[in-house]
Amino acid sequence: MCLAVPARVKTIEGTTAQVEIGGVTRPVSLRLTPHAKVGDYVIVHTGFAINVLDEAEGAETLRLFDEIARVAEEEEKGEEA
Amino acid sequence: MRFLTEFRRSDLAAPLIARIAARSRTAVNFMEFCGGHTVTIFRYGIRQVVPETLTMRSGPGCPVCVTANEDLDRAIALAHVPGVILATFGDMLKVPGSRSSLQAAKAEGADVRVVYSTLDALDIARKHPDRPVVFLGIGFETTAPTVAASILEAQETGVSNYSVLSLHKLSPPAIRALLDAGETAIDGIIAPGHVSTITGSRAWDFVARDDGIPCVVTGFEPLDVLQAIDRLVAMVEAGEARVEIAYRRAVQPEGNPVALRMMDEVFEPAPAAWRGMGMIPGSGLRLREAFGEFDARTRFPVDPGPTVEPEGCLCGDVLRAVKTPHDCPLFATACTPETPVGPCMVSAEGSCSTYYAYARDHDR
Amino acid sequence: MTDRILLAHGSGGRLAHRLVDELVLDKLRNPILDRLDDAAILDLEGRVAFTTDSYVVSPIVFPGGDIGRLAVCGTVNDLSTAGARPGYLSLSLIIEEGLPRDELERVVSSIRATAQEAGVAIVTGDTKVVERGSVDRLYINTAGVGEIPEGVDVSGRNARPGDAVLLSGPIGDHGIAVVSVREGLAFGTTLVSDCAPLSGLVADLLAASPKIHCLRDPTRGGLATTLNELAAQSKVRIVIEEEKIPVRDEVAAACEMLGFDPLHVANEGKLVAIVDPEDAQRVLAAMRAHPYGKDAAIIGRVEAGPAGRVSMETRLGATRLVDMLIGDLLPRIC
Repeated sequence: MCLAVPARVKTIEGTTAQVEIGGVTRPVSLRLTPHAKVGDYVIVHTGFAINVLDEAEGAETLRLFDEIARVAEEEEKGEEA
Repeated sequence: MRFLTEFRRSDLAAPLIARIAARSRTAVNFMEFCGGHTVTIFRYGIRQVVPETLTMRSGPGCPVCVTANEDLDRAIALAHVPGVILATFGDMLKVPGSRSSLQAAKAEGADVRVVYSTLDALDIARKHPDRPVVFLGIGFETTAPTVAASILEAQETGVSNYSVLSLHKLSPPAIRALLDAGETAIDGIIAPGHVSTITGSRAWDFVARDDGIPCVVTGFEPLDVLQAIDRLVAMVEAGEARVEIAYRRAVQPEGNPVALRMMDEVFEPAPAAWRGMGMIPGSGLRLREAFGEFDARTRFPVDPGPTVEPEGCLCGDVLRAVKTPHDCPLFATACTPETPVGPCMVSAEGSCSTYYAYARDHDR
Repeated sequence: MTDRILLAHGSGGRLAHRLVDELVLDKLRNPILDRLDDAAILDLEGRVAFTTDSYVVSPIVFPGGDIGRLAVCGTVNDLSTAGARPGYLSLSLIIEEGLPRDELERVVSSIRATAQEAGVAIVTGDTKVVERGSVDRLYINTAGVGEIPEGVDVSGRNARPGDAVLLSGPIGDHGIAVVSVREGLAFGTTLVSDCAPLSGLVADLLAASPKIHCLRDPTRGGLATTLNELAAQSKVRIVIEEEKIPVRDEVAAACEMLGFDPLHVANEGKLVAIVDPEDAQRVLAAMRAHPYGKDAAIIGRVEAGPAGRVSMETRLGATRLVDMLIGDLLPRIC
């Protein structure tokens, strides 16, 4: 129940934004996210932005994964030693 | 695609999988509530890569699957009202009701149109001011606010031929009912990511607080789901029960206040019938009286006809995770996506259709 | 006032002859067609491949092509993938009353250009006009014949365990290009249909190696459906690797939005080739050397069994089933 994709707000006119994901653009309603700005990433579900993406958190989560990968690699090296 | 592709990286998945395997000692059952998570799990084969200690169970978070036959029959009857245009999301088109389906109704001459968004239904209403346009509102808290927004817009711009048949449902009451029924041991819950962007992770506090079950809200990419499993394992092994957000880029504890307000303005909680779970109080959404003119249920009273449950269908048991699709004697024999007996085989994220599409040849 | 096709244009009378003359025959001239006999007389030798298809795509014009180009490519490609050199096509038009004349002209021009590119001649045909609402603007049927050179044996039954599975380029372009102009789903994209005649590419491949076992173009139902058909026909198992399958960003993005699986989205200018492993690299090189195969890749392999099964090795190292498309691709919320 959850088909929603992250897309970048390119332009805003009234309550409608043109958003872009992977080179595809689409009009989307900002009625549920009136504070969204050009350049923001939003989550799009059935033609509506349902939330603004927190880019810092996204980056942080990826950093966490990188960290887990790094630790795993070091443990492996440690075992080989 | 930013914020999508990075969360599919296989080089980051492997260490996460290894960590899960290293930490998991206790045999546990984890349930993903949302059908979308079920699809991710099967599409990438996550059940195959997690240790044998973990049993994954799929829950009732498929709004198509949990739609009761009587409600679908009502929608089909509405489609047959002369002059009515019934607009629906594609998901509902082939779901079998007691006697028919929206697709069959369409073939018989009913004007049934598939739309991508409620706004498309509004557009249809504007293009055909002389005909009533009924939008079939299904979905949980992710979708309900968009429908609320469409009703508000209809009201603001005077689109009086637009109405909604609300079959919307709320997720927390379903989890509450499932836990109360106690039919399956659940040691950890993967909570729905996009529902939670609206409701906030706070909506799941009761799971940890009242039932002592750890809960992780996560997104729909493989790394998201693996992260949720990793966190659940960590909490289980430490004997802790909290609600955590693994989908921090999209979910906050308080959710989306604008969406919640809009939902509350247009809808109020009401009892709703869930396939396989019966009537759950306060689990559905009905239009408030102030929006009565947009309520298709009262505007077009129709007789849905006698409700007939499909014989031998175990959708209800599958939805409550009491049975898996493989336990159903009809699975992949009498019941296939082309000849579905129940909705779980038709919905794109129904357990049965997911098993069928990705895993009917093996168990895990 | 727009010049439109009328019912009288299909009645067989003078008006009809004028229409056919001006709009069709004039554009598609060739020695056989110009004879204007009721049947085309062909001089064919040896094994002949014969195929037919009807085209009912809506809208009839889409980014990267139109129903005319589609109609020629579809039949040319079916002949090519049977190992034949496409030679002659028939062309039947069923026109909805009221279709603007310039739209019909555009489609026929497209047919001419595509036939020229593919090296085929339209040698016989038919034109009907039907009442408004009986068809959706324009339906086309093409049938085609082509000679299969001596020694060429390409068939869906020929795949063998150990064979390599090759794909000529990214999947899903056509289906998404068409869907992008459908009402309610319109989205902006530079994506165009991949609709193309593959006779030239196939000729290059067959020249590169005599060990090509199967050739098929994954049209309606997508790559998944085609692989399932081949696995069933050859009674083998096909295993593909998720990370090897090329998909354009825009197709992936549109599929994400609409809830489609690119494996199920139609293509109209792509080839699957199942090849003896000894010649896999050579055939891959031949594909990549051709403009319609420049992004070709080896995407998987054939195994002994279970027969008829298609599996995918996911990026997580697990295996999951790849089913053929059931029903239609519909935009979803779930």
